[in-house]
Amino acid sequence: MTRIHDLAVVGAGPAGVAGALTAALAGLDVVLLDGAARPGGQYFRRPAEGFRAARPGALHHGLDGFTRRWDLLTERAEVLLRHRVWAVEHTGETVVLRCLEGDREERPRTVTARGLLIATGAYDRPLPFPGWDLPGVLTAGAAQALLKGDLVLAGREIVVAGTGPFLLPVAAGLADAGGRVVGVYEANGRFGLAAHPMLVAGRAGEALGYGARLARHRIPYRGRRAVVAAHGDTALTHVTVATLDAAWRPVSTTTVACDTLACSYGFVPQLDLPVQLGCATRRDHDGSAVVTVDASMRTSVPGVYAAGESTGVGGAVLAEVEGRLAGRSAVTDLGRSAASGPGRSAVVGLGRSTGRAAFPPASIGPADLVPVDPSGPVPPDRPDPAAGRPDPALTRRRDRLAAFARALQEAYPVRPGWQDWLRDDTLVCRCEEVPLSAVREAQAMGAADARSVKLLARPGMGWCQGRMCGYAVACLAGEDPAPARRPIAQPIRLGALASQTGPETAQADPEAARPGAEPFPTEPPVSPAGPDRPEPPRDRPHRKDER
Amino acid sequence: MRGPYDLVRARPEPGFEISVDGVGVPVIPGQTIGAAMHGAGIRSWRTTRFGGRPRGLFCGIGVCFDCLVTVNGVPSLRACLTEARPEDRVTTGAAGDTGDTGDTGDSGDTAEIGDPGDLGDDGGSDGGGAVSGP
Repeated sequence: MTRIHDLAVVGAGPAGVAGALTAALAGLDVVLLDGAARPGGQYFRRPAEGFRAARPGALHHGLDGFTRRWDLLTERAEVLLRHRVWAVEHTGETVVLRCLEGDREERPRTVTARGLLIATGAYDRPLPFPGWDLPGVLTAGAAQALLKGDLVLAGREIVVAGTGPFLLPVAAGLADAGGRVVGVYEANGRFGLAAHPMLVAGRAGEALGYGARLARHRIPYRGRRAVVAAHGDTALTHVTVATLDAAWRPVSTTTVACDTLACSYGFVPQLDLPVQLGCATRRDHDGSAVVTVDASMRTSVPGVYAAGESTGVGGAVLAEVEGRLAGRSAVTDLGRSAASGPGRSAVVGLGRSTGRAAFPPASIGPADLVPVDPSGPVPPDRPDPAAGRPDPALTRRRDRLAAFARALQEAYPVRPGWQDWLRDDTLVCRCEEVPLSAVREAQAMGAADARSVKLLARPGMGWCQGRMCGYAVACLAGEDPAPARRPIAQPIRLGALASQTGPETAQADPEAARPGAEPFPTEPPVSPAGPDRPEPPRDRPHRKDER
Repeated sequence: MRGPYDLVRARPEPGFEISVDGVGVPVIPGQTIGAAMHGAGIRSWRTTRFGGRPRGLFCGIGVCFDCLVTVNGVPSLRACLTEARPEDRVTTGAAGDTGDTGDTGDSGDTAEIGDPGDLGDDGGSDGGGAVSGP
């Protein structure tokens, strides 16, 4: 008999851990899954245990608080690290997560729960430019991941370029760790720190802190400049830095020698799972598709919640608050019937909350920057009866943080002049090696939208399935990027796919086959042929896999 | 000069070596294959199918698939996600050579990759499709 958890949480970053802990403290039977070997997601990525780091928090704001919450969670919930979720299905009253366990063994595993919290975070949103596929050109997130997770410096002489506040901690972290950061180039206007949006929201400490660190390392921080080309034969040797006009068109250029470039032009929320479930999405201020949620982090699909970057990019502190709100909603929605099970009645029986101590107070203040845990550990097995009730202070805090995130997105937009950086032979799609000229040819042949461009010229049809080029292709086609529909969220070997979608699976989930029982549309069985699957172009070599 | 280890006061456990195309690359337990290679100064480890362009790490978090390697004969693993293990034998090459016999997974909107039994490349030096490891 398949075990059915109350709540499954996908993502062990700030949002997922906060949501899982909130629900677990309230007595729900929680399972949390993450593909990585260690918790933390991207923000709280920590060095491998083999480093025996005495001060892992030197690389993060607020790691100690996160670690405490993680430790509390592991005592109260089933935690499945190294589990990559590649598909999710609704089977009426439950959600079935199909996972692969292990980073190379890939043992199939299925997890079933009555509710689902999606906290899958985001990844870097790169912009193409000539030479962006040269080794040595990385996303800023890659430079961060190498440093935080593996204690590897991305390079010796590093340029950081892009737009947004993420450039600052990336540059400061690399410099603190001994890298020589040659320059930080912010494509939007250069902010005197007094005009920095962080100050507007009362984040003087954080902004000044990074500014001081850059100054201490003598790192130039230049506005209205961007890396518009990367050069080198087999690896990066230098970059072209352009001064930009207000639309980001190059005005003049200089050359900067470096062996590494870390680029960041925002983030792409990871929406594969909510899109599979049919959750409504909306356009966020930065142009990204995000999951639509209500004030309690409920998606449009009953029993499915979302928190963190998948509902709009806003950083780790907002993600944690959203995770807590989502956890409370899950307790409200799922707790009543959970209370009918053995030992669950305690959920409504206890008086004062003790579980809240796992989180910082819900006030605006320095805790927004550095989550702190003001009290000691929570006694085990003491549920939090307040978790199912609305928390106006927490909601207000989310509103304030979300408004701040919106202000940042509006202060650091991607402006259309980046398209002038491209040459005809600049690859737009790295995987399928589609140059700009092919995109333009497709448009000349009548491809009026991104999907038609993709069908004709193949950008977004390779390994990464448009995760890297989707934004750029959408911009080149003159539209906002649509949420990508990917029936398979993670690569899966065909054998594992067959073993998880065969008849045995259908028998294991009889609910799935019951006609008319689902209150919402159930996804068809996952198939290697997506609904969106285009015909292969006629003028390219026919490949074996294009059957 | 201060480095990442000083910053977090790391006292690493004894490391081990993996073999990358026959060359030893040092690893601290828990590091990914991609990080170990990048840290050892190896910046690219495959070439693209059409343009023969060199590729190594790009996104670093498992999204872009630029960093594919063959490990102990298992093709098309993302080096940035795959934790190194003692005795690992990493082989690099063209994307079309990393164990796939044409089945590179770019079939429409899915991202499945070649069946592990579908080897037959020069990288499977351990032979067979069995997933190996200590």
